[in-house]
Amino acid sequence: MKVLVAVKRVVDFNVRIRVKADKTGVETANVKMSMNPFDEIAVEEGVRMRESGVATELVAVSMGSKACQETLRTALALGADRAILVETDVELQPLAVAKMLKVLVEREKPELVILGKQAIDDDCNQTGQMLAALLGWPQGTFASKITPGTGTIDVTREIDGGLETVGLKLPAVVTTDLRLNTPRYASLPNIMKAKKKPLDVVTPEALGVDPAPRLQTLKVEDPPKRKSGVKVASVQELVQKLRTEAKVLR
Amino acid sequence: MSVLVVAEHDNAALKPATLSTIAAAAKLGPVTVLVAGANCRAVADAAAKAANVARVSLADHAAYEHGLAETVAALVGAQAKGFTHILFPATSYGKNIAPRVAALLDVAQVSDIIGVQDADTFVRPIYAGNAIATVRSKDAVKVITVRATAFDPVAAEGGKAAVETVPAAADTGLSRFVGAELTKMARPELTSATIIISGGRGMQSGENFKLIEVIADKLGAAVGASRAAVDAGFVPNDYQVGQTGKVVAPDLYIAVGISGAIQHMAGMKDSKVIVAINKDADAPIFTIADYGLVGDLFTILPELAAELDKK
Repeated sequence: MKVLVAVKRVVDFNVRIRVKADKTGVETANVKMSMNPFDEIAVEEGVRMRESGVATELVAVSMGSKACQETLRTALALGADRAILVETDVELQPLAVAKMLKVLVEREKPELVILGKQAIDDDCNQTGQMLAALLGWPQGTFASKITPGTGTIDVTREIDGGLETVGLKLPAVVTTDLRLNTPRYASLPNIMKAKKKPLDVVTPEALGVDPAPRLQTLKVEDPPKRKSGVKVASVQELVQKLRTEAKVLR
Repeated sequence: MSVLVVAEHDNAALKPATLSTIAAAAKLGPVTVLVAGANCRAVADAAAKAANVARVSLADHAAYEHGLAETVAALVGAQAKGFTHILFPATSYGKNIAPRVAALLDVAQVSDIIGVQDADTFVRPIYAGNAIATVRSKDAVKVITVRATAFDPVAAEGGKAAVETVPAAADTGLSRFVGAELTKMARPELTSATIIISGGRGMQSGENFKLIEVIADKLGAAVGASRAAVDAGFVPNDYQVGQTGKVVAPDLYIAVGISGAIQHMAGMKDSKVIVAINKDADAPIFTIADYGLVGDLFTILPELAAELDKK
């Protein structure tokens, strides 16, 4: 089957986030950017399906500024066959991304779309579910295991309190959770080879989608700071303070 | 204004996160609770007794037994008419279904809100809680998921709303429930516990978590873990507290052998009282702890267990 993965370029997970002084957002200038970690897991899953012969072609898609080409080159170095960038400088929100993905899915006709469950910048956790709804496809979110069958796929999902397995009719959308796999690192020869793999660039207009944001960000602030407390010398002192000072133990 | 809350339940009882979601909804307007399940009349009756609930809609059908996103989202979409806001708890249940509903209605979703400013304006954490955004929705209907720990639950008793039955939408046939493996929980669930005791890499093995479990049982606490402890295979993933696990805010959070990665602190820093036990006096966890105890957890935990027995 043909598999499509969607990847987002985000502030690297190791970067300490700084809120801009004018409260319009967080600082992204001169900050290390990387592929969203959950999307790396999506790419890895696609590559493994490609290697095992379950997937016949793996297409990586990203959306955003020209710099997202780097993120797509990473996906190509990891094993995607080709890439598509929807290039725009408009702030993209999940509904617009899902609509553009829908158009690409209708063109590319994959049987499976894999996305990260959420991006670590806006923490929305929406795009995969929205895409599934727009396509009228089933969804397997927060996947920790994918078992492809004939015309169906079983997805084991991380839910509150444990695991749940659902059987989905293909075509379907899957979003990845952390335990699905451990992504590989791209090797130098593969990074070189990736430079020659095809990367198409299209625009939201060409896809017929208005990417304008629906949510307006009024301000972005630092979270309230928590004061550090006191060090206690012994277990006795700790329990006594929890009982009489904090009053959280009886 | 009129608000629809989609209840999370197990066909027998409401999940506590639903009561917190109703609390957020009550700030916006009269609340209707939608209960979709199978043989779940008891849940609808419980929802009708909750404070601030004006009406309960019950969709009782085999297709809703396992809360599959495809069927429940179709039902919510069909019931959406007349509501200005549709709220879900920001749990694995709500997060799975809400975006599907938003897309069916062609509206944006506001995820994981921690505050309601007015009918259009909401406060939500971004970057794992390292920044707080205030956002305004321009859509006619707002689909929202609510972080339960940010809203005190409404009283479970005292209300007397009417329960009306609504027609079930057809099963989509797109997905089916195969099975579930729920972690056996002799203790409270992490997201609803008032006391949590969590272990990190410092525990060194899954076996050593028994030291924590002993204390949890004395306190009636839930047991949690850092991602490092989960990745090391000490405990199952659903123990995980943090940016990629569960976000909790109990009255008392005891972090044992947890250094305090940003990832972990994002999931517990809103707890009312934080205790850190760690052998490294410079561990970042001490910067947010109300009470810190530096020392070897293998000595401290048995001592703590003994001390808790003294009255």
